[in-house]
Amino acid sequence: MKFGIVTFPGSNCDVDAIHAVTDALGQTAVSLWHRDHDTQDCDVLILPGGFSYGDALRAGAIARFSPIMQEVVAHAERGAPVIGICNGFQILCESHLLPGALMRNAGLQFICDWVHLRVEGSAPLYLSGYTPGQVLRIPVAHGEGRFVADDATLDALEHGAQVVFRYCDAVGTVTDAANCNGASRNIAGIVNAAGNVLGMMPHPERAVESLLGSTDGLALFESLLAQVGA
Amino acid sequence: MNRYRVSVHIVPRKGLLDPQGKAVTDALHALGFAAVDDTRIGRHLVLDVHAESAGAAEASVKTMCDKLLANPVTEDYQIASTVTV
Repeated sequence: MKFGIVTFPGSNCDVDAIHAVTDALGQTAVSLWHRDHDTQDCDVLILPGGFSYGDALRAGAIARFSPIMQEVVAHAERGAPVIGICNGFQILCESHLLPGALMRNAGLQFICDWVHLRVEGSAPLYLSGYTPGQVLRIPVAHGEGRFVADDATLDALEHGAQVVFRYCDAVGTVTDAANCNGASRNIAGIVNAAGNVLGMMPHPERAVESLLGSTDGLALFESLLAQVGA
Repeated sequence: MNRYRVSVHIVPRKGLLDPQGKAVTDALHALGFAAVDDTRIGRHLVLDVHAESAGAAEASVKTMCDKLLANPVTEDYQIASTVTV
């Protein structure tokens, strides 16, 4: 399976994503420059974390208009997998590939820490390697990760089983204390209605090796491999 | 074509938590400014644009706000002033 990792000016988790896909998952990855229009027949596109365009205006607001985003949107509309991690999630929301927006953390501070996530919702493409209710330990690193949307949008996400990761405590209970950034309904990750576009603030690509503290992110990529095929 | 300077206020939508604004409100209270009920912190943009008329300049800036300058999910914008330059 071939992954395309998009680098925007200011991306800083692109190399981590390539490492996870190649060294941990054993698949092929190519680096795609934001000005490219050729996604090189990649099966999966990843918008990585970082600070594209220095977060000017709003996180992800300028990257949305990068040339390659036309191809990312087309890829998503074909039903092919697109993953946005951290800044990538912000870009997907700004692009309207996912609903809602990411605002400044409620506590104002940049959070670089390990958090627990509860797996839920329905997105076999990304979740088939997990069991419903499973608790993951995955790192976060963001200043603007508070997911917000109006109540109707949040209800639609819940009814569509599109909320796939929620901040929780170590035993999987969704609490205010575990809601590191104050996200609406503890939401850490969502998919679009078709289930092929995933956006999440935590970094699964940084949790694929026990040496680095957790392998809980690996099953996300393994799910893709199982569903899309090598 | 005339040149206009259009100023736009963009603020977090009412009802959404604005943690920066809350921190400033708390600080103002600590300083004794008990009269402050709420603070919202946003952006102020000043755009120099050319257009046929002030109305056309404002219409153009509104489109820019809808497409890029403001996030319709989280922010409200208001054209604060339009002056000829």
